[in-house]
Amino acid sequence: MLTVANLSKAFGGVLAVQDVSFHIPAGCVYSVIGPNGAGKTTLFNLISGLYTPTSGSIRFEDREIAGMAPERLARRGMSRTFQNLQICRNLSAIENVMVGAHLTLNANMFAGMFRWPGLGRADRACRARAADLMERVGCGAFVRADAAAMPYGALKRLEIARALASDPKILFLDEPAAGLNHTETHEIETLVADLARSGLTVVVVEHDMKLVMNVSGRILVLNYGRKLAEGTPDEIRTNPDVIAAYLGGDDEEE
Amino acid sequence: MSSELLQFILSGVTLGATYTLAALGFSMIYNASGVINFAQGEFIMVGGMAASFLTAAGVPLPLACVLGVMVAGVIGWLIERFAIAPARDAEVASIIIITIGVSMIVRGFTEILLGKGAYALPHFSGEAPIALAGATILPQSLWVLAVCALIVAGLGLFFGRTRIGKGVLATSYNRLAAQLVGVDVRKVLTLSFVLSAAIGAVGGVLVTPIATVSFDTGVMLGLKGFVAATLGGLGSGPGAVFGGLFLGLIEALTAGYISSSYKDAVPFVLVFIVLVLRPQGLLGAKPTDRI
Amino acid sequence: MTSLFLNSRWPGLALLTVVVMALPAILPNAFYVDVAIRIAILAINGIALNLLMGYTGQISLGHAGFFGLGAYGSAVLTSHFGVPALLALLASAAFTAVIAYGVGRVILRLRGHYLAMATLGLGIIVSIVLTNEAAWTGGPDGMAVDGFTLFGFTPSGERQWYWVFAVLLVGTVVLAQNLIDSPAGRALQALHGSETAAAVAGISVRQRKIAVFVLSATVSAVLGSLTAHYSGYVNPGLAGFLQSVELVIIVVLGGMASIYGSVFGAVIMGVLPQVLAGYEGWDSVAFGVIMAAAMIFLPRGVVPSLTAWLRSPNRRRGEGAAC
Repeated sequence: MLTVANLSKAFGGVLAVQDVSFHIPAGCVYSVIGPNGAGKTTLFNLISGLYTPTSGSIRFEDREIAGMAPERLARRGMSRTFQNLQICRNLSAIENVMVGAHLTLNANMFAGMFRWPGLGRADRACRARAADLMERVGCGAFVRADAAAMPYGALKRLEIARALASDPKILFLDEPAAGLNHTETHEIETLVADLARSGLTVVVVEHDMKLVMNVSGRILVLNYGRKLAEGTPDEIRTNPDVIAAYLGGDDEEE
Repeated sequence: MSSELLQFILSGVTLGATYTLAALGFSMIYNASGVINFAQGEFIMVGGMAASFLTAAGVPLPLACVLGVMVAGVIGWLIERFAIAPARDAEVASIIIITIGVSMIVRGFTEILLGKGAYALPHFSGEAPIALAGATILPQSLWVLAVCALIVAGLGLFFGRTRIGKGVLATSYNRLAAQLVGVDVRKVLTLSFVLSAAIGAVGGVLVTPIATVSFDTGVMLGLKGFVAATLGGLGSGPGAVFGGLFLGLIEALTAGYISSSYKDAVPFVLVFIVLVLRPQGLLGAKPTDRI
Repeated sequence: MTSLFLNSRWPGLALLTVVVMALPAILPNAFYVDVAIRIAILAINGIALNLLMGYTGQISLGHAGFFGLGAYGSAVLTSHFGVPALLALLASAAFTAVIAYGVGRVILRLRGHYLAMATLGLGIIVSIVLTNEAAWTGGPDGMAVDGFTLFGFTPSGERQWYWVFAVLLVGTVVLAQNLIDSPAGRALQALHGSETAAAVAGISVRQRKIAVFVLSATVSAVLGSLTAHYSGYVNPGLAGFLQSVELVIIVVLGGMASIYGSVFGAVIMGVLPQVLAGYEGWDSVAFGVIMAAAMIFLPRGVVPSLTAWLRSPNRRRGEGAAC
């Protein structure tokens, strides 16, 4: 589904991502792990078009997408959430989700001004679907709330609902469980597994090892911007390089 | 170099020194608070008006100048205390409105107290032009340049060497971090308003003998100071100096060689071009967003 | 119930329509009708700017420049070239749209104070050009403009023009509200909230900013044309910095991202100068105090703060003060 080859990104003299290659098969939960500063979020930003790669290739469904603008990638079926939330606090919660469905609606300004026939109906249908999505990701209680008034945990879910609203083929979740408590993390884990079962390819950056090991089909380990290892959870668990560099050599994580 | 060109350069540098003082005020407040103070031009006006009024009332010139600067400083303090501090968390547009409102208040009171007429100060050391390689320069221009250079040097020392100056810089980089290491952010804010008001007023006092001043002079001077600060890069000290001088020179050269009726448009065309080519200003750092 | 009432668009529109219909009967003479017309002009301009500033989050300190381009476009084309008024209006609007597009393409990459600076410069450049090209524009003194004839009808006198601007105002409110409630309007607000989130959702951030900039500028230009015909006179002050600031004040004082806020702001900015006229200096002080105080105590603007307070369930216990 997505193939990254020899991808590098330099900021000034610092190589945040260095010669990274991997392949994400369709319909799989693919996790990217690594210590802070390993280049995980940079990798996401490169793939989703927010950064332009210094070199390397990114192929999505057999088309080169490296350096393509995020709005064009959205059109191709890519969607994501953010580690530092990107919520529109000037909109209500449900409108945030509807923003995710932007491409499915007629967003011409004149159509809006003159209430193009069918636009109102489509928008109402979109609103109903957005409410369903909020329910599905577990923030249904906030359907009538303003985004600015929502707690952190609910906003993380709201971002997932917004990302799903575009009906993506591949979904990138940047630390979906960061800052959540045990129960909430478990709910996210179930949600990710559900999404994958429904045929969506999900790519996750996450620090919570339990979640990663439970849901992932494959795992990519980054360290100092380089690929350290890649494989199934069992392979990663037993990989001596990973244990040495990432887990610090002891059994802390289990 | 032709003497005509030299003449334009001399008047451009004098003009530029005034813009530099205005731009420094903008940058200082911007650094400390993230606010663009649209009342900055009024400090220049107040300095000039107060000094002129006091001189006309019989106060000796040096004392009148010092008092004029002090009046502006007090107004700067009042503005920070009663208009900016209470609006800490407001949006950029709201704070712009507040400072515009404040500038109208200052302008209004000046008009009420001192009337609509133009005021002037006597030249500090006579009006006999000094000949210089075929061009001439007024002694007052030398005053402008010298005091401007002194202020720039003084500010450099202040920010580079003193504890409180470093505190101001720290606050501009990261407010919270500065607070955590014990910088009194409130004091920093107050200080920057008082200081930039005083610096603006010094500029006003210095140019009033050459240019005269009335209650509404501050608007255009303030805007040009804003342009100069933007040209150099908002918040950059060297940027303000460079932007001010650059602006003054270009303006004088345009007035001399191209069209004096379009000289007021020059700063704005210039800032337009610079922003299009380098959105962060000539000497400003490139902003980075963390996503 | 209150919340349902406040969320609906109809009560506001009904109130506005009733006021607009009733005013001519109440206003005693042409002077007051003129003030009402000026308020309508400020309100339409304010709404146009609010689409850009309040909803899309792109500050403009030079919007009066577009108003001036429309006004002078019509004045010059009708007086110097004998172009029919409607054609002149359309041509000025098209010209302004092209300028706005060209300028918008380059400056809408800027943010915050830098965008403020660039737009401020744009407005000032327009007013300086209008002042200096005296052969065409009459210079600082301005120039006279003929009446506006459309399909054989020439509005004359305040009372006829009143209806022209009244219809325009209500129309602008309806269209702006439609836009805001549509997917396009949501996209604009989304890029105000987070450009990154908007882009990732498939919104072409740059194109959207340019589009709303052009729309807003064109509305102001059309309004400028009509205002020129109504006043029978234009001068460069129309496009000046103070006029641009006045529009920003209307938007911010009334409430960013609030259409009725802009109408309210226009009422204040239209009435206040009349009340304060004759108190030289004090008018400026009063204006300044109102502006600063409103922003300090009602930072979201009067109308949003008021509706938030009305919505707040705790207000009877005195805990629900907005913001």
